[in-house]
Amino acid sequence: MRQGRGLSRPRGGSRKSNTAPRPQGRRRGRSQRTPWLYLAPALVVLGGLLVYPVYQLGLISFFQYTQAQVSGGEPTTFEGFGNYAELFGDRQFWEVLLATVLFAGACVVSTLAVGCSLAVLLTRVRAVPRLALMLAALGAWATPAITGSTVWLFLFDPDFGPVNRMLGLGDYSWTYGRLSAFFLVLLEVVWCSFPFVMVTVYAGIKAVPAEVLEAAALDGASQWRIWRSVLAPMLRPILVVVTIQSVIWDFKVFTQIYVMTNGGGIAGQNLVLNVYAYQKAFASSQYSLGSAIGVVMLLILLAVTLVYLRLLRRQGEEM
Amino acid sequence: MRSLSSVRLVRRPWRLFAEASALLIAVVVAFPLYWMVLSAFKPAGEIESSEPRPWTLAPSLDSFRRVFEQNEFGRYFLNSLVVACSVVIVSALIAFLAATAVTRFRFRFRTTLLIMFLVAQMVPVEALTIPLFFLMRDFGQLNTLGSLILPHIAFSLPFAIWMLRGFVKAVPEALEEAAYMDGASRSRFLWQILFPLVFPGLVATSVFSFISAWNDFLFAKSFIISDTSQSTLPMALLVFYKPDEPDWGGVMAASTVMTIPVLVFFVLVQRRLVSGLGGAVKD
Repeated sequence: MRQGRGLSRPRGGSRKSNTAPRPQGRRRGRSQRTPWLYLAPALVVLGGLLVYPVYQLGLISFFQYTQAQVSGGEPTTFEGFGNYAELFGDRQFWEVLLATVLFAGACVVSTLAVGCSLAVLLTRVRAVPRLALMLAALGAWATPAITGSTVWLFLFDPDFGPVNRMLGLGDYSWTYGRLSAFFLVLLEVVWCSFPFVMVTVYAGIKAVPAEVLEAAALDGASQWRIWRSVLAPMLRPILVVVTIQSVIWDFKVFTQIYVMTNGGGIAGQNLVLNVYAYQKAFASSQYSLGSAIGVVMLLILLAVTLVYLRLLRRQGEEM
Repeated sequence: MRSLSSVRLVRRPWRLFAEASALLIAVVVAFPLYWMVLSAFKPAGEIESSEPRPWTLAPSLDSFRRVFEQNEFGRYFLNSLVVACSVVIVSALIAFLAATAVTRFRFRFRTTLLIMFLVAQMVPVEALTIPLFFLMRDFGQLNTLGSLILPHIAFSLPFAIWMLRGFVKAVPEALEEAAYMDGASRSRFLWQILFPLVFPGLVATSVFSFISAWNDFLFAKSFIISDTSQSTLPMALLVFYKPDEPDWGGVMAASTVMTIPVLVFFVLVQRRLVSGLGGAVKD
């Protein structure tokens, strides 16, 4: 965003004036058009399949849209904020919203804690254990959300799973209670998302010049002190990125909840916003209510994005 | 790149302790995958046993047989592959062009566009299932693979562009000027010089689009409603997973089959991925 640095960029016309015999005006005109030419496919795809659906989502949330309207039996009617009023008047919505925020928060904190500590651990060990941990993490990362969900469910299965056997829990059912079900999903989410944090932070630590750490150590700084006063500030941009990515991913968890708690748990006790919207729309055909929930999610994530942009801007990073 | 200092500075018993815990954690992290593959090979009696053992003395292919004998499983596999590969190739090409535009040119609205790409990443894909369902229906795309490919291209683009910027930026500008000096045209520079140099980055980026397309389960569930011949792997897996009476052997075998292509892909691009993430985040 700093203007000064950007000016060193070559501009078509002046740079080539002595080698290219083409007229100045034409070249400048072309180089103004070229970026848009390159951007065109991306803009068309994003416009048609992202921006337009978002607009539609907003639109549907203001109309009465149920099975009758979808099949064309009844005309759609404008509801104004009716759907939102219905949503905000529904106690379940607030419960689900609270559960989503708490669950996503717990996932983010656990993922970051695990990812960062393992990244630090990776810098403390020799090649073989490092490779072992790296490979295991890549395996977890590569596992599709749906297979990860079924495997973790099987591990914690009350009848045939090894975990209950190891912990001596008998036939304790993890998915029966609300908290234990959320906890099980959290374990799976952390398992499949800590590798991104670990690998990224590890790459960041590796990029810190060895001399800096050496100097700090020579000055008698403790390990904790080095981490707090040297590494953490240098890693701040990376930490911001992984935090925000985790917030976005964990706030939108769908597959894990849907598969592991069988569509939202007993009597919907494990619903999060994403699954809630889907169930409203496709299970009970209340498309407009589902869309209204989608809009609420969109607004919350937009707020997160704005915070992120402010953080980036404060660091004076050029885009 | 090795930070010798930090290794040297750690005292010996501490390092041994650290290495032991790293190995232990690696085992814990890998355990679910091990258990998945193991269960896929266990005979039915051992899976549904109340004394599960972490090994099997009588490996059997029964579960895999059940999976592959399921109606058109091969077809689902192929469908998933077609969807994932189309998404990877198309989005990589589009993202490459867009990333070049935003890093190697200055133009009006450039910063605005970048912010838009960032904001686009936040859009919850699942929330858009509803309008996309209507969109696909209006264009007669329901029950086709296109209804899975198109949205995934759109959803993987913003992140791919964002990540590729670092790679495009890393190519020295002097190289671009030298190419023009030698009389190369813009498109020649783009495809014959820049593209090969950015290729490692494209590979790293495609991991993410491959995974999102390969894992997709929501769109497959919502858009492929009546024509099961257009279905994909996650749907085939769920056939075995009935909440009340799951066929765990079948689920684990299908999960294994579904996980292997991603694992192979990951191992192949592993190095580039690590350096790519570093580059994308540092930039």
